[in-house]
Amino acid sequence: MGAVIDRDQVLHVAKLARLELSDDEVEQMAKELSGILEHVDRISELDLEGVEPTSHVVELENVLRADEPRPSLDRDEALANAPDPFDGAFRVPSPGSS
Amino acid sequence: MSDESIRGMTATEALERIGTGDLSAREFASAFDGLRDELNAFLWAREEVPAPDDGTLSGIPVAVKDIFCTQGVPTTAGSKILEGYIPPYTATAVSRLEAAGAATLAKTNMDEFAMGSSNENSAYGDVLNPWDHERVPGGSSGGSTAAVAGGLAPVAIGTDTGGSIRQPASLCGIVGLKPTYGAISRYGMIAFASSLDQCGPLTRSVADAALLLRELEGRDPRDSTSTGIPGGVELPSDGDLSGLRFGVATDFSHEAEGVEPDVAQLFQATLSLIEAAGGELVEVELPNAEHGLSAYYVIAPAEASANLARFDGVRYGLRVDGDGDSHQQTLGEMYERTRSQGFGAEVKRRIMLGTYALSSGYYDAYYGQAQRVRTKIADDFAGAFGKCDFVVTPTSPTVAFERGARTQDPFAMYLSDYFTVPMSLAGIPAISIPAGLGAASGLPVGFQVAGPAFSESGLLQAAHALESAIGFEGRPSG
Repeated sequence: MGAVIDRDQVLHVAKLARLELSDDEVEQMAKELSGILEHVDRISELDLEGVEPTSHVVELENVLRADEPRPSLDRDEALANAPDPFDGAFRVPSPGSS
Repeated sequence: MSDESIRGMTATEALERIGTGDLSAREFASAFDGLRDELNAFLWAREEVPAPDDGTLSGIPVAVKDIFCTQGVPTTAGSKILEGYIPPYTATAVSRLEAAGAATLAKTNMDEFAMGSSNENSAYGDVLNPWDHERVPGGSSGGSTAAVAGGLAPVAIGTDTGGSIRQPASLCGIVGLKPTYGAISRYGMIAFASSLDQCGPLTRSVADAALLLRELEGRDPRDSTSTGIPGGVELPSDGDLSGLRFGVATDFSHEAEGVEPDVAQLFQATLSLIEAAGGELVEVELPNAEHGLSAYYVIAPAEASANLARFDGVRYGLRVDGDGDSHQQTLGEMYERTRSQGFGAEVKRRIMLGTYALSSGYYDAYYGQAQRVRTKIADDFAGAFGKCDFVVTPTSPTVAFERGARTQDPFAMYLSDYFTVPMSLAGIPAISIPAGLGAASGLPVGFQVAGPAFSESGLLQAAHALESAIGFEGRPSG
């Protein structure tokens, strides 16, 4: 596992994360992420073959509730914080062709 | 009684006096009206605390970290991307306190989306440490902690993902409790790392922490991971530490690299007090705890990168349109502009780190491996609790550091969480109580006590007895 993350990887990950980074930010991010990953990489040397991964610490199984209708947020309230509400909906720019 | 002496009381003391008629709930609450906030602890404050409702916390004003949604009251999570956001509903933790008669006094400053250990990552300015304004209060619950330590609020709530309640409590000389994962509902608490995030009290005494926890805990149908604390919470009573065994980890203690002499000294002094109060010290091993930070800084950013995908300029918060005709831009461009201008540097760094760790080809090497380390750490604690009732460590390796001292080196900042992260990964409760003031620095040092899952009543009882043995009375003079 290579600890060093380069400029191209930063740009690829930024695209996945929907972040637009300036040239300076790309440089800085490559340096900082590499530094962090160098520490984090220490766990790659541990032999954990056969150890079950933990995704959740509390043992819970199928937490269900009764399927009963109840009021939900009304439309005006749901739209009250929207940056561009239009005709009872959230308006967004066109997804475009790209 | 002067407002100043009223503000010197813990909530427990105030409620006792209110009970005897010595003080009215109204008098107590209004002593916190309109105080000048020199610490930049508050992002929003009520002009006047409303007339107290009945309940076990009647008349107690609570400072609430700005990560909790509050209906009709601005909630930013310390981020520019939520500037002006007014939630249409209230977090369960806040509703439960209000239902017990407490009043929300203020919303408190914090590191953006709870990511930070110094409160220097807030979009709304640094919070100052009441002991020394040139130093950080810790983070990410820095505003809640500084408010309680600085006398702006009697009690507060915060959130702890890897130490965000315990570390600032340590740096500001107050009590901070991270309950067992699931003890308190996360409904309405803006998500950072969902498998780790937990609400908890920040108070000036262990009894006050118990008082709040008793109301906060409980299963909530709106958070399917919430369980409450089986058997509830008992308020601590006076007693000693007889019959209790405290585990000191030989491989995860004050002897670790980077622990300041003030911290190591007070840790050892506190161990002596434990023995003097009848407690027994036993050696335990936590061989994987030192890998906690590495696992945490994969798991928490990975979860954050998914949770923060919701901030996209569509339903709430900031939207940044492109230059010129906004209808010429694409949806993707709008997302990118909004997120790039709305998030601060540390949040972007963690989103990037998490996205990288989850990306194709790296998932198992990073996220999978970190989850296996998590299992090992939980197993270490389970083994230790076979030999002792509680595990003790310093809370933070250092006292409050100077503002700006660690902002250039992200990993140096992350080291603040060295002792607190393993308990978060294991999901177990841990409390930080003040051990005293460092001989060299004159600043507060915290002592951490951790117990098995859902052992809160016992943990609070032990911490209360230890608090009496320590007898810390320090208050900032500023």
